[in-house]
Formats: sequence, C-alpha cells, structure tokens
Amino acid sequence: MSTTGATRDLPDIYHKAGSLSSERRWALWTAYISLIFAAIIFLAPPVYMFVTSLKTSAEVANLQGNPWLVRNPTLENYTAILSNPTFLVFFWNSAKITVMVVLITMVISTLAAFALARMRFWGSQALATGVFLTYLIPETLLFIPLYQIVGGLGLLNSSWGLVVVYPTLTVPFCTWIMIGYFASIPKELDEAALIDGASWSQMLLKIFIPVAMPGIIAATIFAFTVSWAAFVYPTAFVTTPDEMPLTIGVVSQLVRADTFAWGQIMAGALLAALPPVIVYAFLMDYYIAGLTAGATKG
Amino acid sequence: MSASGATMTAGRTEGVTSLQRFTRRRSTIAFLMTLPLIAVIGGLVVYPAGYAMYLSTLNRRMTEFIGLEQFAILLDTDTFWMVIAQSCIFAVSAVLLKALIGFWLAHMLHDIPAKGQRKWRGMLLVPWVIPPALSTLGWWWMFDPSYSSINYLLNVFAVPSVPWLGEPWWARTSVIIVNVWYGAPFFMIMYLAALKSVPEQLYEAAAIDGATGFQRLRYVTLPMMRNIISITVLFSLIVTFANYDIVRVLTNGGPRDLTHVFATYAFQVGILSGNVPRGAAVSLFMFPLLAIFAFFVLRGVTRRNKEES
Repeated sequence: MSTTGATRDLPDIYHKAGSLSSERRWALWTAYISLIFAAIIFLAPPVYMFVTSLKTSAEVANLQGNPWLVRNPTLENYTAILSNPTFLVFFWNSAKITVMVVLITMVISTLAAFALARMRFWGSQALATGVFLTYLIPETLLFIPLYQIVGGLGLLNSSWGLVVVYPTLTVPFCTWIMIGYFASIPKELDEAALIDGASWSQMLLKIFIPVAMPGIIAATIFAFTVSWAAFVYPTAFVTTPDEMPLTIGVVSQLVRADTFAWGQIMAGALLAALPPVIVYAFLMDYYIAGLTAGATKG
Repeated sequence: MSASGATMTAGRTEGVTSLQRFTRRRSTIAFLMTLPLIAVIGGLVVYPAGYAMYLSTLNRRMTEFIGLEQFAILLDTDTFWMVIAQSCIFAVSAVLLKALIGFWLAHMLHDIPAKGQRKWRGMLLVPWVIPPALSTLGWWWMFDPSYSSINYLLNVFAVPSVPWLGEPWWARTSVIIVNVWYGAPFFMIMYLAALKSVPEQLYEAAAIDGATGFQRLRYVTLPMMRNIISITVLFSLIVTFANYDIVRVLTNGGPRDLTHVFATYAFQVGILSGNVPRGAAVSLFMFPLLAIFAFFVLRGVTRRNKEES
C-alpha cells in the first residue's frame, strides 16, 4: 500500500508538465466526490436503522416532518429489547451455535489443510479441488435434502441440528484459504524440523499454526461471520422460537403481523448485527485478507 | 495446492526402507487428518446432492417413484417460468451493477493518497459486514409504503413517491438495489486488491509512451485484472443466483409471486407447502447453470495459481 502511494504521489517528476498535475487534481476531486457519495448511500440504511431505534413508537408513527431526524431520542427500545427474554434466548443460541461451529471448523480445516498442503497421498489433488468446488455450492441448493436428513436425525427444531449442518458453509472455504497459507510457508522450515526429529503433530502445532497465524485468524473470522449471519438453514430447520438463532429470530419473531414496533425491531437488528461489526472494526485487515484470499491464494 | 507434492528431502538420506516406511506412515496420517473433512463433504454435500436427485423423482407423499414428472410439472406452470425469468433478471443485472460500481469505487479508492485509503475502505465495506437478513430489514423499513424515508427524500427533490414493494417492477428493482448495496463492497475490495498488484512500472512505461487515462485503463489495468474480474463476477453470479435472504425478507416472493427466485420458490414449495420432492426439483434446476459457472471459476483460479508460481 505504501509503495503504490509513494510512487503515484510523485508530482515532482512531472511538475513541469502542468497538464499532468491538473489531471491529477481532477482525479482527486472525482475520487473524493464519488467516495463521499458512495459512503452516504452505503451507510444510509444502518444509520436510518439507528435513527429509528432511538424513536418512540409515537414518533415513528408520526408522518409529519423528516423521518431521518430524531426529535426526542430515547433508549427505551434498547432497554425493552434487552429485557425481552426471547431476544436473549436468540442471542444465547447464536453465541452457542457460532462458538461450536467455529471450533469444529477450525479443527477440521486446519488438520485437513496441513495434510493437503504438505503430504502427498492418493487423491489429495482431487480432494483439494473438491474442497474448492464444495465452496462454490450455494446453501440454497441443498437445504431441502438436508432438511430431510436433519429431520431423519431428529434434529429439526434444535440448535444442535444447525451445529451439524453449518460446517458445510464454513469448512470448505476455511480449508481452502488455510491450504494457501500453509503452502506459502517455506519448505526449509519443515525440513529443519524433520531433521531435529519433530513428529507431524509437533510440526503442525509448533511451526505451521504459529507461522500461519494470520491465516488462522482470517479463517476464524470468516467462520464466525458466516455462522452468525446464516439464514437459510435456521429458517428451514427451526420453527420454535426457543431454538432460533438471532437472524431468523429477529426477522420472524419481532416482526409480528400488523403492529410493527419498528423502533424495537431496528434496535434488535442492530444489536444482532453488532458482533460481526465489532469483529470487523478491530480485525479489519485480517477480515479483508480472508475475503480476498479465496481468489488470490490457494 | 501446488505444494501438496512436497517431497521431504530429509527422508531421502535415511535409505530406501526407512523412506518407504516413512511415506507409508505419512499417507496414513494424512488420510486420518483429512478424514473429518471427507466426512463433512461426503455426508453433508455429496450425499445430500445425490439424495436431492432421488427425492426429486418421488411423488408428493414420497411413496412412489415417478421419474422426471416433477420437472415436467414445474416446466408446465407459468409461475415457474416467471421464477426462471426473475432469477436471471435479478442475477445478471445485480452482478453487472455490482461489478461496475465496485470497479469504479476501487479505482477511486486507489486514486486517493494511501494514508486515507484505510479509513474509506473501512467505511465502504460496512454493507458487506452486516448480516444481510438484518440489513434487509432496515431496507424494508425504508421501503415501507406509508413511512418510506426514501420517498421522503425523493419528495424533497420534487420526485413523486415510488411504490417500492407494491408494484411488480418496482419490487424487482428494490430487490436488485438491496443486493447491489450489499454486494458492491465485495467487488470493490477484490478489485482494489487486484489494482494494487499491478506493477507501478507498467503505468510509468505507459505514461512515458504518452498513454491517456483511458488507454492506461484499456491496455494496462484491464488485462492485468482480467482474471480476478472473471473469478469475482462468476463467483458473485453463483451467490446472487442462489440468493435467499434478501428476497425472503424484503418481498417474500410477492407481489403475486413475481419476485420469487429459485431459492425462495424452492423454500415456498418444498418446506412451507410441504411438497419436498418438488422443492428439491426447483433447487436442482439451479444446478446446471451453477456447474457451468463453477467450472469457469475453477479454471480461472487454477490459471491464476499457475501464473503466480
């Protein structure tokens, strides 16, 4: 990032050719205007959700005036939603499912990626390709047979059923990017370890995992955000509010027939979106590395 | 992937027998390590895929084999043809818009000084970070017929109110708008990463040769980014084509089933109306198209890896 910026900010070289620096100024103006415009549009929905969440029901229903402004900001929607036991159950379910899925995913994909990146065995190439192909299979293609399978296991209407099926969303991609990260570790490192008499498990735990830590963090973030945001599976497999995770819980239970308590719905949706946003805010670079790794690594 | 063929040079020094033992042990360990992965792919992807095909050949009560009858019935109904049409309109126009907006924004981000990029990038990626089901709820409220805040803004600029979710073509547009809003940041990030990987010398050489801005784009940037553009577009076509969240929350298929895409229609038929075989058949209709897209994505990725190594 720094190198590209440095080389492009070299007006000194071209300074005498006035047209170039004015071209550059124009480019900057267009850039900032487009970015400001895009930022306004991209941030408008969450901002409006936040504005609504601060309004009383009376103010929401009031058609007079600008809907983008709050006249009497109140936190009562937040206190109401946080003291709503159903909402807390949704939150707990989401947390439980996500933690389990992230753990399962990371164990499965780290082990498999290590084997696929470093040990050649019969079918390893085909398996690596298969991993990528399964990543390309959208969840909506298989949710009906999975509905039957989960039903056959007696896990419909249970958050455990979701723990069983979510790895289809997370494992292929995590394995794929971990293969890329492991493959980028120089072979000299494992040769040195082998000469020192390290076993495979020592090699994985003492060399590969510490060295590929950025990749592991990126994969963990991916698994976390995907299982937090999963929507198709819980919508299909869970219909009892007690077992619902947040996404479907907010969408189906808070939005009740005719009386829309919009302030509360928006407060609930924002609180539900908070964990991924917080993770993103603090680990943005890993998040973006994981995002772009699918196409650029592996 | 390329490194899977790593031959351990350390083993070579220990002589033939120990080397053989070594590899034999290694492949056993490797197999055990990949076993959970194989179980997930086999049990939760391959088996359900086969099971879906089997299910789609059964009658409604799942008691009788009726061959391809479900597919034939589907192709006979007008609603299903509308679903096919809407899925294609939705996916193609949304992906096109996302790609164009993403490309434009990536360029704009690349043009500003490097120290400000991080901040802007962080802000512009927010739509991608919020779980789509929840942000669509916000859009739904913005599209609400009587309290629409978008219509309020339009009225301020003397544009008449728009029946966002009530009128079929506007409903289709709304679904596309939300999908573009959600997906454009992803394109932006991918293209930005690609732009940064274009060597600066190429631009310098082009500048010395007196290339205009458009020529630089046409003859330097685009050829260098071609591969990542095609991977991103195809990948997004798959995801958008199979989209569920946005349509489910925003319109739930209405008005008059005109905004249903494959996924929501499969859900409607297979789970809500309880006709599991027909729902499976609807989902399977996506498969040929997705397989073609997936083939090209895979080719693009392999090619890219070869270029890099």
